[in-house]
Amino acid sequence: MPQINMVEALNMALREEMERDDRVVVLGEDIGRRGGVFLVTDGLIDLFGEERVIDTPLTELGIIGFSIGLALYGLRPVAEIQFIDFVYEAFDQIYSNMARIRFRSGGMYNVPLVLRSPCCGGIKGGMHHSQSPESLFIHTTGLYVMMPSGPYDAKGLLKTAIRLNDPVIFLEPKSIYRVIKEEVPEDDYTIELGKGKIVREGGDITLVTWGAMVHISKQAADIVKEKLGVEVEIIDLRTLYPYDKDLIIDSLEKTGRMLIVHEAPKTLGLGSELSAYIVEEHVDLLYGPILRVTGYDTPFPLAHEKLYMPNIARIYNAISKLMEY
Amino acid sequence: MSRIVRGIDEASIEKTLGIYRIIDEEGNIVGDEPNLDGSTLYKLYEYMVRARVLDEWLLKLQRLGKVAIHAPNLGQEAIVGAVTPLKPDDWVFPSYRDLGVYLVRGMDEEEILDRALYNQDDPLKGSDFAIYGNRRFNMVPTPVPVGNQIPHAVGVAYAMKYLDRDSVTMVMFGDGATSRGDFHAGLNFAGVYRVPVIFVCENNQWAISVPFDRQTRSPSIAFRGLVYGIESIRVDGNDVLAMYKIASEAVEKARKEKEPYLIEMLTYRLGSHTTADDPSKYRSEEEVNRMMKYEPLKRYRNYLIFKGVLTDSEANELYRRYYNYIEDIAKKVLNKGGLPHDVFFHNVFEKLPWNLQDQLREFRESLELMKSLGLEVD
Repeated sequence: MPQINMVEALNMALREEMERDDRVVVLGEDIGRRGGVFLVTDGLIDLFGEERVIDTPLTELGIIGFSIGLALYGLRPVAEIQFIDFVYEAFDQIYSNMARIRFRSGGMYNVPLVLRSPCCGGIKGGMHHSQSPESLFIHTTGLYVMMPSGPYDAKGLLKTAIRLNDPVIFLEPKSIYRVIKEEVPEDDYTIELGKGKIVREGGDITLVTWGAMVHISKQAADIVKEKLGVEVEIIDLRTLYPYDKDLIIDSLEKTGRMLIVHEAPKTLGLGSELSAYIVEEHVDLLYGPILRVTGYDTPFPLAHEKLYMPNIARIYNAISKLMEY
Repeated sequence: MSRIVRGIDEASIEKTLGIYRIIDEEGNIVGDEPNLDGSTLYKLYEYMVRARVLDEWLLKLQRLGKVAIHAPNLGQEAIVGAVTPLKPDDWVFPSYRDLGVYLVRGMDEEEILDRALYNQDDPLKGSDFAIYGNRRFNMVPTPVPVGNQIPHAVGVAYAMKYLDRDSVTMVMFGDGATSRGDFHAGLNFAGVYRVPVIFVCENNQWAISVPFDRQTRSPSIAFRGLVYGIESIRVDGNDVLAMYKIASEAVEKARKEKEPYLIEMLTYRLGSHTTADDPSKYRSEEEVNRMMKYEPLKRYRNYLIFKGVLTDSEANELYRRYYNYIEDIAKKVLNKGGLPHDVFFHNVFEKLPWNLQDQLREFRESLELMKSLGLEVD
């Protein structure tokens, strides 16, 4: 089986879903002839034509509002927002409509719409090509939120997202679009909504993370093992809403120590909710505090982005502290 | 001005700056009447009467504390002319001041009152106030943030064209909504993709307290439609025949040519924005009294009497009949029970995720506790 990157895996998922179901259409800025600025939709226009691979005018509000209409009539739109940092013009449509129409209509209408978008930092993209706003969508209520950490999961999760009857925010960490290659089967497979994955086993600490931070966390875990002899278990959440609480609880029963790593700012990041949930419901499993290593509560900077983002040193430090309990 | 810019010639500009009408405020014929038989002419009148009587009842029920809030329709009943040419498979995105639209689409007074009271039979399950819709009538419930539905309608129209359906979409919104990005994005997409959507702007001159000349410096809303490459016309929105005739042409054109169309319905909001509003703070009673003589029912009634379709006493009888009819329905719906307490947990997602299941369990326990403590549940 050939090794491919996440962009290629996403492209494969879109192509397979469009072949499987005529109702699947993709749309967004520059996604047709250009194939998307990161080439996720590359070549689709040649296979499916411009009626199904729709280059749109430059307005995120328009893309999402229009996609909601497509979905209401029974199509399965996959809308690309070129960078998640540009989504805010569409926030009224996302918050008040995409996430509310099922509720508003008493369940008579639903919006099977996937909003997919590159997110997160690490490519020297500056403020408006680097941010991690997953909490905004989680807090919206009415949206599923996913973020894969590699090609295999990206393909399976995107297929699941397209087949769900509710809207999905599908965030793609652009820094790992091309650097990670995995074997990705050409067959049809999906990854269940709300299921995380243990990407590294260990008995001392449960490290919960997602997206590109999975890879930083793995590197940190290797160093911690070498320097401190600590075995870190890493959970890749994959679905951020609803998150896989059972996987976390099972791991904590073994480790009793919890660390959360995410790129988004600390205050009210998903780490806050994970931490609050475990303290509310499973405080008896913990030997000590739950710690978080996150982005800072500042805008994402162009200068020193590596120092803004969670790094090995900060993860190492947090693990050392947790091992005092 | 002889230059033609992508379909924008002098005649098409003139259509957006004039006021297309067929009958004047006295009911005199001043334009080309559509070729309609007596029963169709009568039907238009009946829908307008039903809308007006229902509006009066909703205001009454609001004052009695039974209805949370109501957006009065008085003066805008001629909107029935816009939706009458549509077929059942066509889709409608109404605004929240469109009782006539709901009735024409087939929603009856009982369902509208069930909705207004959000009782056990409320089709929208108590989701929000002052909005109406039902999938049975291909009528999507209105988002309260004004104009949000405009790009949705364009997406539906695109899907109709993509699936090769013979259907069209109509979307209503007010003058205030035209200042929002939704209006711009919706019209822009419709122009670019050439989809069968009819935009109906109910320009009632007031967006709560802000008058039209504060909303835009454009000479009309229809004028703005032109620059998106959309055929547009301003119509006397208190002349139901003009609304019917122009909407028929727009619907036919959209259906045949798969092209968008914009109708500016020039009207006047004679009532308050909603029952929570006090118009005496921002507009004079003189203005309202002056505009009263343009209202749509009286002129159409005069016209129908002139045409021999209706007599004065039949008109009075029609009003009385619906008034009594709704009185009976009001008694019936007021006796219906409420929605289940946990109704708001459902219809967020197709299936409840685990966290909502946990919260629902906790909610139900709290209800039991409230009862055991002797506290009133709701």
